[in-house]
Amino acid sequence: MLSLTLKELSLALREGSISPIELCRKCLNRIKKTQHLNAYITVTEELALKQAQEAETRLLRGAPKGPLDGIPFAVKDNFCTENIKTTCASRMLKDYVPPYNATVVQKLLDQGAVLMGKTNMDEFAMGSGSTDSAFGPVRNPWSYSASYTEQTGAAPDSDWVVSGGSSGGSAAAVASLTSYLALGSDTGGSTRNPAALCGIVALKPTYGLLSRHGLIPLVNSMDVPGILTRTARDAAIVLDILQGQDMRDSTTVPAPSSPTELPEDFDVKNICIGIPKEYHAPGLSDETLAQWSRVADMFERAGARVEQVSLPHTQYSIVCYHVLCQAEVASNMARFDGLEYGHRSKVDASTEAMYATTRHEGFNDVVRRRILCGNYFLLKQ
Amino acid sequence: MAASSVAASELLYNMKKQILILHPKASCLIRRISTRSSRHYSQPQPRAKSAPEQLVGVVGLEIHAQIHSNTKLFSGSSVRFSAPPNSLVSFFDASLPGTLPVLNRRCVEAAVMTGLALNCTINRKSLFDRKHYFYADLPAGYQITQQRRPIAVDGMLTYSLLGGKKRNQVMRKNVHIKQIQLEQDSGKSLHDDLRSQTLIDLNRAGVGLMELVMEPDMSCGEEAAAAVRELQLILQALGTCQGNMSEGQLRVDANVSVHRPDEPLGIRTEVKNINSVRYLARAIDYEIRRQIDVLQRGGRVQNETRAYDSKTGETVPMRDKEGLQDYRFMPEPNLPPLIVYEDNTSLPTGTDACQAVVVQKIREGLPELPSVKRDRLVQTYGILPEHSFTLVNEDGLVEYFEAVLKSTKKEPRKVIGWVTNSLLGHLKQHDMSPGLSSCPRRAAGTPGNGTHLLFGCQAGVPGNVEVIRQDGLTDHPRAGFGTC
Repeated sequence: MLSLTLKELSLALREGSISPIELCRKCLNRIKKTQHLNAYITVTEELALKQAQEAETRLLRGAPKGPLDGIPFAVKDNFCTENIKTTCASRMLKDYVPPYNATVVQKLLDQGAVLMGKTNMDEFAMGSGSTDSAFGPVRNPWSYSASYTEQTGAAPDSDWVVSGGSSGGSAAAVASLTSYLALGSDTGGSTRNPAALCGIVALKPTYGLLSRHGLIPLVNSMDVPGILTRTARDAAIVLDILQGQDMRDSTTVPAPSSPTELPEDFDVKNICIGIPKEYHAPGLSDETLAQWSRVADMFERAGARVEQVSLPHTQYSIVCYHVLCQAEVASNMARFDGLEYGHRSKVDASTEAMYATTRHEGFNDVVRRRILCGNYFLLKQ
Repeated sequence: MAASSVAASELLYNMKKQILILHPKASCLIRRISTRSSRHYSQPQPRAKSAPEQLVGVVGLEIHAQIHSNTKLFSGSSVRFSAPPNSLVSFFDASLPGTLPVLNRRCVEAAVMTGLALNCTINRKSLFDRKHYFYADLPAGYQITQQRRPIAVDGMLTYSLLGGKKRNQVMRKNVHIKQIQLEQDSGKSLHDDLRSQTLIDLNRAGVGLMELVMEPDMSCGEEAAAAVRELQLILQALGTCQGNMSEGQLRVDANVSVHRPDEPLGIRTEVKNINSVRYLARAIDYEIRRQIDVLQRGGRVQNETRAYDSKTGETVPMRDKEGLQDYRFMPEPNLPPLIVYEDNTSLPTGTDACQAVVVQKIREGLPELPSVKRDRLVQTYGILPEHSFTLVNEDGLVEYFEAVLKSTKKEPRKVIGWVTNSLLGHLKQHDMSPGLSSCPRRAAGTPGNGTHLLFGCQAGVPGNVEVIRQDGLTDHPRAGFGTC
């Protein structure tokens, strides 16, 4: 049951062969069993069961809200969820409870989807391993797979591999079958990276397609909400639900009129695939190169056009990214001063002292380093 | 001297505007040769006299006008004066993480309207930026403003002063408006020294402001005060700002320096904390005198921020603003460029005209501005310019004057003297405004023929005004009655 695709599950729920409550309980049990992965910061057990109950009532009446009605999902902990703790895996927001839902979260809830919990991540989405969290790192579910443990002779408790980041918790949740889809965020690969490491599908939508209202920002001009699922078709279903202009986010654009649904019979002969030559960079592991070549050959054999392309500025991209990212980070983190919400230090000798200690106590090194760099880049002199 | 250079400056300014309208791609540079009123660069002039020239003041103004709108610049919370603390604060105003700014269209229209009334060029495309500094009344740690490219630039405010020996000569002067930009207001901090704490009220945080920068074309407190007064009248006529300085709807900071004419500008100080037009004049004049004093004693004027103390009439250094701030400006990534359209034909296909800000439409909807009104009164009623000046200067006086004329059918030139002297004097004595009295009365006799007009109205209540033929003027206003 837990490894069904969204489409299969949706059908089963409508037919009545699976009950939303039973499904919810199964997922919750699995979450408890996989606690060592540390994928979740908050598990919303009571709420999930309540939502599952409501979904069941609707489905029995034959009136589902949509294709996701009754289906468990998880949300990265940098999306605001009303009355549910939202921490961004930081001490700064460890007890912060937002008073509103992020637009993309609301859209899923409006579909009747069932919220399992808030997933673990790198603090404030700064990282690519989900190792820098105030709540401990996320472990890749594949650390416990037979193939890995046999291969390395690893002791399950001490030897594990990273899940990637910064949306590691979301990826681990979907990969470990505790939810069917998850929301992540992607600025410089933070949804795609963990999905690749956890062996699932990630979609980074084009900037402006999905609303960022309620997504606690890293880099406003690059962030997007990301979609993590187990199949590409599932990702297309979720994209269709989430895309669209939002009045509350001035950087969104209207959704394109063409449907997102993947056709059943997809002819690969119709696509052209570009392989950027600059991506064959020094340091690329043999294993990765081998897989890359294997897939390129697969497409070619199936009749697709596979061509080499050039992205000549690739070597500069990471530096540009860092400068822009850190500048915006320094700006976005300025609001965390302990005054209106979040952690506040006990030092109250002066406002400045309070700000300084609050920010020192609340942020980890990664965040503090990026703020300092960002301010350096923004300074005029 | 003053009149001709003002006229010439205005002529050149209008020429430049016309050229740019007819040939938008042309670059137009009009050089101004240094004269007493030109401050932009100096050219030594042959001096006939041997005595050194006096130090004179140079005054520029930075004005923050609170936009008169229902909701704030980037959020939907209400704009109201004197509401319970922190009762008008949306999630965005409190800088809750994940919230985003959404631009208020009325604020853009207000800025365009104001720009047009001040003869500015409206930038078709303008941009928003973040200005960073840490302060308790700035929840996000930055203010959203328009530093790189504001909505309106390069305007002109014409104001008048009553000068001459009898202070009845109307002298027209100009001050250049460098730019008008949209920005957020900050919250308010109240310092509680007793408990050693600061209380923050965010009701004002996020309210829309128009920042108007006036070039240093003024030379003394009186000029600055007159310019600000004219601006108040314009903003009130437009309805874009209520212009009340004591309520903080209009905040004026003065940049003051002194120099000898034809020499480079001196070091300037910024004077803040000025709560009325009258204090503005006093503060500036005090500061000019202070700086002249410092220089004459061989000292140097420091580039600093000073606060005006209305009790002592002096400016004192402000402790808060030590050192130069680097605001780390950055484009505001959550707001795309602001585009306003010249007319309906320039709208992109498929855009609803109601959704866009169209300059032509706003231009057509501009109300009668004070300067036009003054000229109209002079033309229509044949009254003197200085009387017209007084009429327009007082809230409600024009309406009262016109109503008196209508019901008494007396000659305007005979009524005007009474209105601007006796009536106004009496109202001011009792601290009332002409706007409170509604209906005028029939005068039994002509004012000025030994007949005194009596009126009474309850302060605060639009009352009835009664005109009684009487020989003497009583002191007590009493609740009137009568036919209207």
